[in-house]
Amino acid sequence: MIEQLSIWLLEPMEYTFMQRALIASLIVGINCGALGSILILKRLALMGDAIAHAVLPGVAIAYLIGINFFWGAVTTGVITALAIGFVTEHSKIKEDSAIGIMFSAAFALGILIMSNIHTGVDLFHILFGNVLGVSAGDLKLIAILALLVITLIILFFKELKLFIFDHILARSIGLPTSLIHYLLMLMLSLTVVASLQTVGIVLVVAMLITPGATAYLLVNRLSTMMVLAAFFGLISAVIGLYLSFYLNVASGAAIVVVATIFFLLALFLSPKEGILTTKKIFGN
Amino acid sequence: MEAVVELEEVTVSYNEEPVLKEVSFSISQGEKVGIIGPNGAGKSTLIKAIMGLLAVDQGNIKVLGGSIDENRKKVAYIPQKEKIDWDFPISVEEVVMMGRYAHLGLFKRPQKEDRQLVNKSLEEVGMAEYKERQLGKLSGGQKQRVFLARALAQGAEILLLDEPFAGVDQTTQEAIYALLAEISEQGKTVIVVNHDLKRVEEYFENLVLINQRLIAYGTAETVFTHQHLQEAFTTTQKTKSAQKELVVIG
Ligand SMILES: Nc1ncnc2c1ncn2[C@@H]1O[C@H](COP(=O)(O)OP(=O)(O)OP(=O)(O)O)[C@@H](O)[C@H]1O
Ligand SMILES: [Mg+2]
Repeated sequence: MIEQLSIWLLEPMEYTFMQRALIASLIVGINCGALGSILILKRLALMGDAIAHAVLPGVAIAYLIGINFFWGAVTTGVITALAIGFVTEHSKIKEDSAIGIMFSAAFALGILIMSNIHTGVDLFHILFGNVLGVSAGDLKLIAILALLVITLIILFFKELKLFIFDHILARSIGLPTSLIHYLLMLMLSLTVVASLQTVGIVLVVAMLITPGATAYLLVNRLSTMMVLAAFFGLISAVIGLYLSFYLNVASGAAIVVVATIFFLLALFLSPKEGILTTKKIFGN
Repeated sequence: MEAVVELEEVTVSYNEEPVLKEVSFSISQGEKVGIIGPNGAGKSTLIKAIMGLLAVDQGNIKVLGGSIDENRKKVAYIPQKEKIDWDFPISVEEVVMMGRYAHLGLFKRPQKEDRQLVNKSLEEVGMAEYKERQLGKLSGGQKQRVFLARALAQGAEILLLDEPFAGVDQTTQEAIYALLAEISEQGKTVIVVNHDLKRVEEYFENLVLINQRLIAYGTAETVFTHQHLQEAFTTTQKTKSAQKELVVIG
């Protein structure tokens, strides 16, 4: 039995591309889970989706002019975040609408470029990920980006916590709150770029939000929520990757489905918040 | 006594129309001051302007003899109807610890002294036993006490509270007032916005009555005159009925 399991687990690892895929998924799972916790509590889930879509034109342009897609993706991601902020601050359009307008515009622009000009990039891979195609160079980039994001979270944990929980206090003790907001947007763009190949643009929001939401239902502290979210991100990524190998299904989708199963388990069975365990279903 | 908050001809507006017009008064150290006036009078605006969260169009505000930016650490602000996410994964202790953040600076984690100060503040407001509790699992009055403890932990010399009694019962209200009285006896200045006029004369040494303009400032006897109250609480209605007449005539 154990032997069977270890064969089952080790066999895919004979392929270098599977090793790289596994490491990439692990890193992305941790990175998305940790940052996603912040997005959930700051009600920026929609923003996560927006920035994910907004990197598309950047990727297209980067391929066109022959630079690393990283630079293009981060640039259009951050520009879109700035544009959303600008519209919200300078008109009566509320943030959710501003997000809707700006990210669809950026996404449409990306599709436009890709459909007309031959970029040599497979749109399907960008939209839905292609974790089996991760090269050694890609892996290095993913690791650097994730390390950067996680280091920023650890270094500025105190400030981020205050900013998410009570931005009025943050402002009144003199923290630069708009700077923190844009730092968060930058971290989000970096995370999206790191996740492009694993889950792709369309599904990255699930990796950001679902593990964090699962953790949120289970614990009562921000720090433990982040660690647990990273854990759920990580094991969803690993299980999803194996499923995609053995069942021959798209890896990004498999990872997201696994993450969602964890979420549903927590939703119904969490000792503190579970719908079944606390009988919330019968009303409060 | 030394003046700790001084306003000189302060005018503040959100759009074109000013909501505070040429307001001047000054508050001395250790005073307990109530800011009163009808809804929309500009009470919250006044507090936000003192905190430097809103820019003033004209005039000048001095806090502890300087600008608010020089003295932020010494001023604690508890906003109206806290836009707080009560489900936030945070304990009572962590909330109070945030009062220490002003002093910690970047990259520094709370030290033992910070923890001791947090404990002491929680004891002062009678919330020590709830330290570990998730913030949302407290009653309205207990939540207010936690935010008060946070202001104490901050070591603030001036406390600005915007309507701390919304959704708080009479007993808790009295307990919080007793606490505020103690705080002011330690030489701290307590400024409370309250649009409920019940018993304010018992709780505060001085009152600021505003309705866009400063209508009166001083003890309850000087402020609560028939003329002042009429001016504060009926001007808006008057203009409305005046407008109506105009319409009828026109
Ligand atoms: N963000 C804002 N933008 C534009 N106008 C505002 C804004 N906030 C308040 N106002 C207006 O400024 C005036 C003063 O508002 P403020 O909140 O200071 O009143 P208040 O005295 O605190 O009232 P309340 O007792 O209802 O809390 C009101 O007419 C209000 O409509
Ligand atoms: Mg108000």
